[in-house]
Amino acid sequence: MTLRDLKPGQCGVVDSIKGTGNIRRRVLEMGVTPGTKIDVIKVAPLGDPVQVELRGYDLSLRKDEAEAIILK
Amino acid sequence: MIKVALAGNPNCGKTTLFNDLTGSKQHVGNWPGVTVDKKEGTCKKNKDIRILDLPGTYSLSPYSAEEIVAMETITGKNGEKPDVVVNIVDATSIERNLYLTLQIMETNVPMVLALNMMDEVTEAGTKIDVSGLEKELGITIIPMVARSGKGVDELLRAVEKLAVSKSTPKQLPIFEEIKKLEADAESEEDKEEAEVAVADIRYKAIGDIVSKTVKKKKASKTEATKSDKIDKILTNRFWGIPIFLIIMYAMFACTFSENFLWLGINSPGKWLEGAVGTVWSWIVDGIAEAISGASPWLQALIVDGILEGIGAVLGFMPLVLVLYLLMSVLEDSGYMARVAFIMDRIFRKFGLSGRSFIPLLMGYGCGVPAIMATRTLEKEKDRKITATITTFMPCGAKLPIFAMFASTIFANDNQILVTYSLYILALVAAIVVSLLLNKFVYKSEASNFIMELPQYRIPTIKSVLIHGWEKVKGFGKKAGTIILLSTIFIWFLSNFNADSFNGKNREMNEDNSVMCENMEDSFLASAGRVVAPVFKPLGFGEWRPAVGVVTGWIAKENVVVTFAQLYEEDVTDEYLEQFFADMSLEELEELGFENGEYDSEAAADIYAEGILFEGGDENALPTMRKDISTKAAAYAYMVFNLLCMPCFAAVGALKRELKTWKATGGAVLVQMVTAYIVALIVKLVGGLI
Ligand SMILES: Nc1nc2c(ncn2[C@@H]2O[C@H](COP(=O)(O)OP(=O)(O)O)[C@@H](O)[C@H]2O)c(=O)[nH]1
Ligand SMILES: [Mg+2]
Repeated sequence: MTLRDLKPGQCGVVDSIKGTGNIRRRVLEMGVTPGTKIDVIKVAPLGDPVQVELRGYDLSLRKDEAEAIILK
Repeated sequence: MIKVALAGNPNCGKTTLFNDLTGSKQHVGNWPGVTVDKKEGTCKKNKDIRILDLPGTYSLSPYSAEEIVAMETITGKNGEKPDVVVNIVDATSIERNLYLTLQIMETNVPMVLALNMMDEVTEAGTKIDVSGLEKELGITIIPMVARSGKGVDELLRAVEKLAVSKSTPKQLPIFEEIKKLEADAESEEDKEEAEVAVADIRYKAIGDIVSKTVKKKKASKTEATKSDKIDKILTNRFWGIPIFLIIMYAMFACTFSENFLWLGINSPGKWLEGAVGTVWSWIVDGIAEAISGASPWLQALIVDGILEGIGAVLGFMPLVLVLYLLMSVLEDSGYMARVAFIMDRIFRKFGLSGRSFIPLLMGYGCGVPAIMATRTLEKEKDRKITATITTFMPCGAKLPIFAMFASTIFANDNQILVTYSLYILALVAAIVVSLLLNKFVYKSEASNFIMELPQYRIPTIKSVLIHGWEKVKGFGKKAGTIILLSTIFIWFLSNFNADSFNGKNREMNEDNSVMCENMEDSFLASAGRVVAPVFKPLGFGEWRPAVGVVTGWIAKENVVVTFAQLYEEDVTDEYLEQFFADMSLEELEELGFENGEYDSEAAADIYAEGILFEGGDENALPTMRKDISTKAAAYAYMVFNLLCMPCFAAVGALKRELKTWKATGGAVLVQMVTAYIVALIVKLVGGLI
């Protein structure tokens, strides 16, 4: 399962990050590391991106980016 | 002299602290080679401390211009090494902020940690054990509230102490581990794996430290913070977009509307513009009066060249100021990040970010503040592309050009459709050029939208005013010179010719002026004759339309004024008299004739600016219709003026944002080429219909 599959109100724990390059690096730096708990808050009015909460702050990312985050 | 660098995540309160420390004594420049702001200032409480504001970054790994600048400044690669680094940490999201802290500690510079936003931490019921945190990290920590100035003095004392002791932060055991991992990675693949491992190690260490020192109040799921509640409404599935559109419209209306909120009054922006204009015209009249004894060319240089140029700069300032005040409210409140969040879906298709919406929208009012609004875009590439395409929008000054053509050459067509289609065309051109620039110039990899959505906060008046003032000052200083010089240059070209310098003009002119009587004989007209053939394929390869394009660079509405001057055989005294003959006193007064009395001296100006601007004479300028003979050519001419280089004021703003002449020249070239190609397509396709 990936972060993309979660609906607003659901939460999950990060297992690993797929993909390569800058996007993966950025996701990691923002604190999405294995073992982190992520809550999905909402989806933007046009259906993308999504807003999640982790480590006490709100982060937005696109659904394609959320798909690279594998949950446990 | 103590050199202090401020480093921290975006939105951690860096700018607020910087303003606290420096007051108004600051200087904004840019780092060599990149369009990243370099703010420097002297501390107002201790003149010995020089403060440098680094760009906000989440990490020091060198993958963006901002991060490279931050890294190089801290390590001293980029000039002198700072004596002390002040790392500002947003205590409300301490875990993520400490990631950068660990990286700065690894560089082994003397550092202090400013633990900001403590008011919000207290309000949320979170307890942070500051001395425990100090022990864990081995650096001095000053809890503070930058917004109210609390803790600033303590911070200064800590900085002074550290500048003497020069003690470097404790090196945590994980740093060794990280260095080893990074050193061992050889292949690209290894490196990527090492990056994951390193991020993981850092966050694990942070997790340990935070679990020992930060006690969060047990958050019950149902209890939403104020910020969460506001966000629920502002980015709601159904109301989010309508609210967004209303806010955008309000912002536009406050700046540009002449019928503010349908009250029939001017918006604050327009009102201020009018007030500045009136005061300026008094000053100009006064100066003109005072120098009336000087030689005619000197008078003309001062009044029509220099003062006109200064007036152009002053004229834009109110719009820049009002728009900037509003933008900083949006920025400081946290809504700007939501603008991007809401619009991302649309704008990513064009290779831009949702924030580009604001400059593009403002472009419909005026290109100058629109270009300056690109400053709030996060990525350098987005800033550059948006600044280049934003002046494609039909700004207020371009409307008279459309009105003149629509009412004459398109008199028998659907004029609204003609004008409206230009709006659409501008958008399409902007999108296509953006896509092409993305693909071929910036060769950018897929953009991402991994972005923090900051808490909503009430902006402080002080920071909003400082923002606005900085912008206006910057515009006046940087763009001002360009506008002034180019206005004088074009003034010179359109009023002088070779005979100005051999005495012939002086002999011929009644007032002994060396200037040429008719624009037709000027250098500008000669130049127009030379370049006119370039426009042949577009359908308007005559000198007068070519001159119109050039004078349009002073201000786009000048195209119409210039046409009225150049086609003077169509705007004879008899023609004007006849044209105004049927009008009532009130109508004449409304148009600007004093007391409603027809005045042949004033008639030509009033005809150009009152009638042609509005498209009020469908028989206007028959000779022009010989130069621009077909509808396709007229449409191509409008398109060319719409898309080509904007007015000098906008070019000045462009230079200010793009920093180098090379980049500015590149942007103008893109605009000229786009204008030419689109106009050519219009002419060719139009010729077939
Ligand atoms: N509550 C609170 N808000 C603050 C504090 N310091 C800054 N802010 C607000 O946080 C927002 C971001 O601050 P700014 O200085 O622009 O951050 P920068 O992006 O790091 O330059 C603004 O709305 C500030 O008014 C603080 O100590 N407490
Ligand atoms: Mg800032």
